[in-house]
Amino acid sequence: MAGKPMTKTKKRGIASLGTLVVVAAVYVLMRVFIASGSLSAYVIGMINLCCINVIAAVSLNMVTGLMGQLVLGHAGFMLVGAYATSIFAKESGMALGASLPIGLVLAGVLAAVTGLLIGIPALRLRGDYLAIITLGFGKIIEVLARYFKGITNGAKGYSGFPTFNVNKQPDGLFSYVFLVAAFVIFFSYTFGTSRHGRAVLAIREDEIAAENSGINTTYYKLLTFTLSAFFAGVAGGFLAQYVSIIDPSKYDFNFSIEILMMVVLGGMGSITGSVISASVLTLLPELLRGFAQYRMLIYSVVLIIVMLFRPKGLLGRAEIQVIKPFEWLLRKFGKKPAASGKGGEGA
Amino acid sequence: MYFVTQLLNGLGIGAIYALVALGYNMVYGIVKLINFAHGDIIMVGCFVIVSVLGWGMPAWFAAICAVVFCALVGMLIERVAYQRLLDQGSPRISLLITAIGVSLLLQNLYQLIYGSSERTISRLFPLPDIIIGGVQVSNTLLNIVVSLAMMLVLRMLVDRTKIGKAMRATSEDPGAAMLMGINTKSVILFTFAAGSALAAVGSVLYANTYMFARPYMGSMLGLKAFIAAVFGGIGSIPGAMLGGYILGVAEGLNNAYGNSILTDAVVFGLLIVILLLKPAGLLGRHEKEKV
Repeated sequence: MAGKPMTKTKKRGIASLGTLVVVAAVYVLMRVFIASGSLSAYVIGMINLCCINVIAAVSLNMVTGLMGQLVLGHAGFMLVGAYATSIFAKESGMALGASLPIGLVLAGVLAAVTGLLIGIPALRLRGDYLAIITLGFGKIIEVLARYFKGITNGAKGYSGFPTFNVNKQPDGLFSYVFLVAAFVIFFSYTFGTSRHGRAVLAIREDEIAAENSGINTTYYKLLTFTLSAFFAGVAGGFLAQYVSIIDPSKYDFNFSIEILMMVVLGGMGSITGSVISASVLTLLPELLRGFAQYRMLIYSVVLIIVMLFRPKGLLGRAEIQVIKPFEWLLRKFGKKPAASGKGGEGA
Repeated sequence: MYFVTQLLNGLGIGAIYALVALGYNMVYGIVKLINFAHGDIIMVGCFVIVSVLGWGMPAWFAAICAVVFCALVGMLIERVAYQRLLDQGSPRISLLITAIGVSLLLQNLYQLIYGSSERTISRLFPLPDIIIGGVQVSNTLLNIVVSLAMMLVLRMLVDRTKIGKAMRATSEDPGAAMLMGINTKSVILFTFAAGSALAAVGSVLYANTYMFARPYMGSMLGLKAFIAAVFGGIGSIPGAMLGGYILGVAEGLNNAYGNSILTDAVVFGLLIVILLLKPAGLLGRHEKEKV
């Protein structure tokens, strides 16, 4: 190994491993903190909510960022997932530790099926029309949830399903939501850099050209849309656990817009951008409690200004990698790998 | 009789949808932008009426104020929010998101100024009762007459005047229009002003029919008007009119015989059906996408 410069694959492997180590360290550290009782229930709740919004934003980023198709009905898929998880948790009678993972998978699958059913007709349209039709489907899901009172308890909201008790099990929800969020980010990144992902990027850049190059655009559009719906459903399931009541009117157009904001501000197509802006936009309203009535006003102004002066979002399409600071440190203080001829040692 | 009443109710709201749809149509025809803020212009118009009536002014003056103010707001929005993006030829998705931003801004600004509760408006134009078969129809008739008149005016404007010609040219090919010496920027500005003025006329009718104003009233109304425009065929003036009336009647009949919870689902369902069967709308022309 010595004397040879690192291959790209090896470098990527090391980077991935490094990221995994960092994420695992953060996870263990957080659990230790929570278990030691040094974090209040409120703080833990905020962290959970951040993770939930990260899942939602990253899943929307797959369609809007990677594929360039504006979708305004993301909250509809989350609503489907919320009902699936909660109804399963209540009706199955299993302990929450067992029913939650199954319920979340069920939520994802049901939301994905909904996404597929919606996607088959909707994805024939592009741009503005796709945006409007997804908005329409999102609204229809919300209206139907209110209409089928027998299953969903209608506008009064569905509640009474088992949730983690914050006092007895402070890290109950966290232990799931953090891992799932990490997985969704990982999945989204690998999807984006895979062969499928490149096809999806080609659709974003120029759909007609992509089609002419032999990419089955219908297939890839449906695939991405369905995957996005799957993870949205999972996020919805978690959100129901977090709020412990499902009010269908909360999953409306405005909620879809809020998730879209996270994607747009972070930079359409940038996963880390979505993660950062989802976290900031979740925490910011809490920090600005005194300005609660100005919150949406500030949001809208920020949205317009970002679109005017930085239409690609704050990060554009760039990604921030956890490993980069370490690489930088190594370059600065370690011996330069290529020059010193000791390739593998530094990393 | 119940059927006739509901039908007339539907036509009454349909006339308002039609007016707003005309404005959507104009703006979409020229800059290919779904102006999400268009629905909120109606809300702005209604609140202008609330304020002007509050100062003790007569109803006709309030109506004129609403039209003028909305036209100015439309122009301001175009200048501040859209022009830069249009100039740079930004992707459509950025324009759309900006439009959503403007819509949210107007809603929240007005909520801050006027509060989130409903403001009642006294009836602007007390008409003599016209009763056909035991149904009071005067307001519905007023709405229909005004909307048809506005459609004719718009038709004349687009077909017969110089600025109308410039609008058609800009809509067809902005680059070529500019080379022919048309100031496309001012044409676009004029289109926003005219579209917003139409929305303001819609807001006068709305205030007169339903007699209330709310900061969030515009978003659903605007969306439905947009659906009407798509339904009838974007780019077609009679199409927008037809779409508005069909949507209004469908809503009225659903309220009569279906479940009013489902109204929005019915409206969006209609949109989905039409987009799948005839993507260009009822009276629209289908344009092949060029490579």
